[in-house]
Amino acid sequence: MRLITFAGPPSSGKTSVISKMIQIYLDHHIRVGVIKFDCLQSNDDKFFAHMNIPVLLGLSGQQCPDHYFVSNIEDVFNWGQELGLDILLSESAGLCNRCAPHIRDIPAVCVIDQMSGIHTPKKIGPMLRFADIVVITKSDLVSQAEREVFEMNVSYVNPRADILHVNGLTGQGARELVGVLEASTDDATVSGNRLRCSMPTALCSYCMGETNIGASYQLGNLRKIKIRDKDMGG
Amino acid sequence: MIVDQYLHKPVKLLFVEHPYAEDWLGQICILDDVNCTLHELVSRQKESFDPLQNMNARLLLEQLDDYLSAMKDLLKQPREEVKTVALLPGRDKDGRLEKFDSLVFYPGEIVAIVGPTGSGKSRLLEDIECGADGNTPSKRRVLINDQQSYIRKKRRARQKIVAQLSQNMNFVVDLGVGDFLNMHARCWPSEGSGNKIARILELANSLSGEKFALEDNVAQLSGGQSRALMIADCALLSTAPIVLIDEIENAGINRRRALDLLTSEDKIVFLATHDPLLALLAQKRLVIKNGGIHRVVLRSKGEEETLKKLEFMDRQLLEMRARMRIGGALDDCKLSTGIIDSECAALKRNTAE
Ligand SMILES: Nc1nc2c(ncn2[C@@H]2O[C@H](COP(=O)(O)OP(=O)(O)O)[C@@H](O)[C@H]2O)c(=O)[nH]1
Ligand SMILES: Nc1ncnc2c1ncn2[C@@H]1O[C@H](COP(=O)(O)OP(=O)(O)O)[C@@H](O)[C@H]1O
Ligand SMILES: [Mg+2]
Ligand SMILES: [Mg+2]
Repeated sequence: MRLITFAGPPSSGKTSVISKMIQIYLDHHIRVGVIKFDCLQSNDDKFFAHMNIPVLLGLSGQQCPDHYFVSNIEDVFNWGQELGLDILLSESAGLCNRCAPHIRDIPAVCVIDQMSGIHTPKKIGPMLRFADIVVITKSDLVSQAEREVFEMNVSYVNPRADILHVNGLTGQGARELVGVLEASTDDATVSGNRLRCSMPTALCSYCMGETNIGASYQLGNLRKIKIRDKDMGG
Repeated sequence: MIVDQYLHKPVKLLFVEHPYAEDWLGQICILDDVNCTLHELVSRQKESFDPLQNMNARLLLEQLDDYLSAMKDLLKQPREEVKTVALLPGRDKDGRLEKFDSLVFYPGEIVAIVGPTGSGKSRLLEDIECGADGNTPSKRRVLINDQQSYIRKKRRARQKIVAQLSQNMNFVVDLGVGDFLNMHARCWPSEGSGNKIARILELANSLSGEKFALEDNVAQLSGGQSRALMIADCALLSTAPIVLIDEIENAGINRRRALDLLTSEDKIVFLATHDPLLALLAQKRLVIKNGGIHRVVLRSKGEEETLKKLEFMDRQLLEMRARMRIGGALDDCKLSTGIIDSECAALKRNTAE
C-alpha cells in the first residue's frame, strides 16, 4: 500500500483535491482510503464516506495535532494495509506552520490556495518546504501574472518541488497530479521511518494545561523575548 | 559547495548575493544577528530552542547548499521555446475517432475553437494545458516540438509554457498597477523591466477604452481595463509561448488589437469563443461537436469581407458607448468611425458648457 501525505492551511482545498483524485482512482478500480487528521471537529469524513470508500477520522483534541499525527500514523497505516488498500491518502488540518506531516520516502503533497495572498508561500513553513509536490488551488480566479508570481514564491521556498495547478471544483489538473504521484518511486512504510522535519520543542507548563500568566507559573522549556534598551523608545 | 565561500563571512554578505537565502534561513533559525558568520550562525542552532534544534550544523549547511544550487539552476533556466504544437486525434463522447491525422500549429497563429456549450471546447484547451497523452477523457495526444510529455517536464516556476486567460479571472492583490507589474517582472530579474512596464501600460490603455495609470490599484480596475492589462502583461512579461483564452467575449476591449499583440510576440493563441468577430480573427477554426473536433475551417475570402463588416460594426458600437457615457444622444445612427476621439472631445465641451 502506498501512503501519500497531504498538508495545507485550512480551506486551501485539500478535501476538494483529494476527492477529485479519488474519483480518478475509483474509475481505474484502484482501492483507495482516506485518513483525516483534525483538531476538534471535521465533516470531511462524512464527505469522503459519501464516495463509498474506507475513511478514518482522527481528532487530536487537547493534544498538539502534529504530535498526534506522528503518534498515530503507524496504526493508521496498518489499518489501511489490513483493508487491502492500494492507496491511502492522509489529509492533515490544524497544523501550526512549524510542522509537517511529511515522512521520508513517502510522497508528500502541500496544497496551497492561490487566493490566500501572494506571500503565503513564505509563511507556511515546513509543510511546503519539505513537500515533493506543491498543488496550487483556486488559480481559476486570478490572473496569469499572479499565478506566475505565486509559483515563483513557492519556488523560493522549495525550488525542487513539482508545481501543479489543480482546480478543486472542476478537477482540472487532478489527472496530472495522479500521474505525477504514480511516477514517483517513493512508497516506504512508516514503521521505523522518520519525519522529514522535527517538530518544535514543547513541554512547558502551558503544554500541561496551565492557564495562569506570570513568571512564577512558567516551568520547563521556555523561550523569552529579548527587549533591549533601544526598544524602550529612549 | 557554494556555502563554503560564505562560511567565515558575515551572513549579511550571503543575503546580498543570494537575497532569497534570507527568507529560507529565516524559516529555520532566528536571524537576530546578521553580522555573525554563517559558521557561527549554524553552530549556535544547537543551543537555541528551535524546531530544528536536533539538526546538526553540518546537515543545515548541506541543506542550505542544496537550496542555493537549486535556486541557481532555477534562475538560469532560459525562456522556453515552442516551435510547434501538434494535436493527434482522440475520441468524441461516443468513442468515435476524430477524423484527422494530426493538426499542427505554429508561433504567431490564432486558432479559434467553436461549438455549442458543453460540446468540449474547454476540454480541448485543458488537453493542451496538461499536454494530454491519451489519459484525458478525449484520449487526445498533444505533442510540443514533436515531443510527448514535454509539458509535463515543465512543472517548475518560470518553465511553464502555457498561459491562461478566462472570464473568471481577476486581480486579487492589493497593489498599484506599477508595483504589480514590477513584482511580475522580478520573476525574470536578468531581463530588466524599465521600458517594459511603461510599454505594457501604454498597450493596455490602447486596448481598453478608458485610460488608467500606474498608480491605480489593480483590484479596482474595470472589467475591460483589467482584461486589457492581463493581455498586455501576458504578451510582454509572461514567458509562456502558448496562450489559452476561454470565452472572454464581453471584455470590452479592442479584440483585434489584443490578438495582434499576442501574436506579434510569437505566441500561439487558442481561443474558445462564441463571438463571430473573435472567431474570424483566426485563420483556422476548429468546430467541436459532441466532444470531438468535427471540422477544421480555414477562413475564406468571403469571410474576410464579413470580418471587415463586423469590425466596422464593432467600432460603431464602441463609439456609441463612448458617446453614451458622456451624455451624448444615440439617435443618430449614421456614425462614421475614426472620428470618435474628436467627436467625444466636442461632446465633452458641449456638455461642460
Ligand atoms: N474557485 C475555486 N474554489 C475552490 C477550489 N478548490 C477548493 N475550492 C473551494 O474552497 C473551499 C475549501 O475547500 P476544502 O477542500 O474544504 O479545503 P480544506 O479545508 O483544505 O479541505 C470549498 O468551498 C471549495 O469548494 C478551486 O480550485 N477553485
Ligand atoms: N471527447 C470527449 N470525451 C469525453 N468527455 C468529453 C469529451 N469532450 C468533452 N467532454 C466532457 O464534456 C463536458 C463539457 O465539456 P466542456 O469542455 O466543458 O464544454 P464547453 O467548454 O464547450 O462548454 C466536460 O465534462 C468534458 O470533460
Ligand atoms: Mg478538508
Ligand atoms: Mg467551456
